[in-house]
Amino acid sequence: MSCLQTIADYGLRSIGIGERLLPREDFTLCQQFTLIGSGMIWNVYFGLIALLTGFFLATAVALGKASSNPLARKPSEWFIFVFRGSPLFIQFFFAYFAFLSLKSVSPVFDPLTSAWLGAAIVLFLNTAAYSGEIFYGALLSIPKGDTEAADAYGFSGMTKFRKITWPTMLRLAWPAYTNEAIFLFHATTLVYFSGFPAWRQKGDALYYANYFADKTFNPFVPYPILAGYFILVTLVIISVFGLVNRRLNRHLPQEVRGRLKMRMNLIR
Amino acid sequence: MFGFCTDPDTLSGLSWMACYLTTGKHMAIYWSVGTVLLLLAITAPAALAFGFAGASAARSRILPLSWLGRGYIAIVRGVPDIAFFLFFVIALDQFFEWIRHKAKCPDWDQPIRQGNDFVVCAEAKLPLGNAAQWVHETYGFFLAVLTFAIVFGAFAANVLFGAMRAVPRAQMETAEAYGMSPRQCYWRILVPQMWVYALPGLSNLWMVLIKATPLLFLLGVEDIVYWARELGGAKTARFTDYPHGDWRMWYFLALLVFYLMFTRVSEIVLDRIMKRLTHGQATSGGEAQRKAA
Repeated sequence: MSCLQTIADYGLRSIGIGERLLPREDFTLCQQFTLIGSGMIWNVYFGLIALLTGFFLATAVALGKASSNPLARKPSEWFIFVFRGSPLFIQFFFAYFAFLSLKSVSPVFDPLTSAWLGAAIVLFLNTAAYSGEIFYGALLSIPKGDTEAADAYGFSGMTKFRKITWPTMLRLAWPAYTNEAIFLFHATTLVYFSGFPAWRQKGDALYYANYFADKTFNPFVPYPILAGYFILVTLVIISVFGLVNRRLNRHLPQEVRGRLKMRMNLIR
Repeated sequence: MFGFCTDPDTLSGLSWMACYLTTGKHMAIYWSVGTVLLLLAITAPAALAFGFAGASAARSRILPLSWLGRGYIAIVRGVPDIAFFLFFVIALDQFFEWIRHKAKCPDWDQPIRQGNDFVVCAEAKLPLGNAAQWVHETYGFFLAVLTFAIVFGAFAANVLFGAMRAVPRAQMETAEAYGMSPRQCYWRILVPQMWVYALPGLSNLWMVLIKATPLLFLLGVEDIVYWARELGGAKTARFTDYPHGDWRMWYFLALLVFYLMFTRVSEIVLDRIMKRLTHGQATSGGEAQRKAA
């Protein structure tokens, strides 16, 4: 079987298009590259969904935590504490079994027990808590002069937030937020190891890598392939976030521009 | 456990719960909390040692050694940690077996990788095929600890590498001016001073390490996640004296609360340590303490 044929058969296997049976013996390098790459679709899907939706909740949570009204502050503080203080792995397990018991209440909740929705919700809440804390820190370190200048020019309420506070907060938080995005993508590999079933063997990249490692007793091929894919994803994230960072800092003098510094010392 | 537990069918309410939570299997889950603590107690110093070695290698003047250190830090941190956990457990196991195979069966002529199998001679198997159950479990736990130490060593190496660079340059220059050799500069000036700068990063790492302990489950150790799944599943009266429905959700809620309390307590303790260490230091933290007093 040629490599092109393998790609046609397994390229979209992880979303259920193509050959139904996974390869069982005589695993070729091409098969491993194709299937693990096909699994990356799920990692990218989970990462993007959680990042895009989590961003808005994170902003809300950060504002809530910085608010002087205890009705907004307390829930935000607890939300951040619960999701940052407990392991993501346990959160996945708990959510999956909670969704299972919801399912027995009404069939409306059926999709929650499948990974595409249930795991996405957990990742969304989790990343919202982590980025919320980052945004909160940035909110506190907005230079006093900036907001005073905004007051002096007659900005108030929503306009002040949209034109002054929010862009400055993002600018300050951006390097840390880039790290958060990278680790969110890494965290998506936990999904299929934490209760959520890979229905009809439609799993993510690590699921397939693990499949090959189990079948061949040789971890030295599939895991480096997986690592290569993730390094690629990481590079893409860094360049995309770098572009945004350039735009956020475009009004600053050249030397002051916040350079993206990679400090990856965080995992869930 | 309690005297009134002899006939579970007659129990109800609180006393049923008391008996249920003290069955033999529940004792196993309480012991596995001990496993988690043991893992933390062994891994934290081991990871620190790996990190120290990695950071020292990364700032070495010997170029290949420096590359090795930097590569170790970059690769382990750039790839999902769970992939590394799954990888190292098999890779280390095969590595140990391969070494024993080379040492114990020198006249073995077949290749080790035969198709999809990894074959070593019977004497090289780890643990030996006829070993007791506890040997297997201990070996599995040992592999898990080593894996954790390697992965978290890279994170610690990153923190220590940054801390070494944070030590004021003037300190090192003074040491050189006094005629200390590079080795003396390193051990007498750099290493004692770097810990103040490393502490925030290391305490962050400790929290991350706590939150990584449930991954033991993936490495095949019978830890709290394993027991929570076992005990929580629905039980019918045929197999147990304490039948119940699917309670896995509640078991994992308990684990969630356990980890929340654990991280909260660590946070408070680490805060105290940081306060104690910054006391009297010429940093903004120390200055703030002086003003408050």
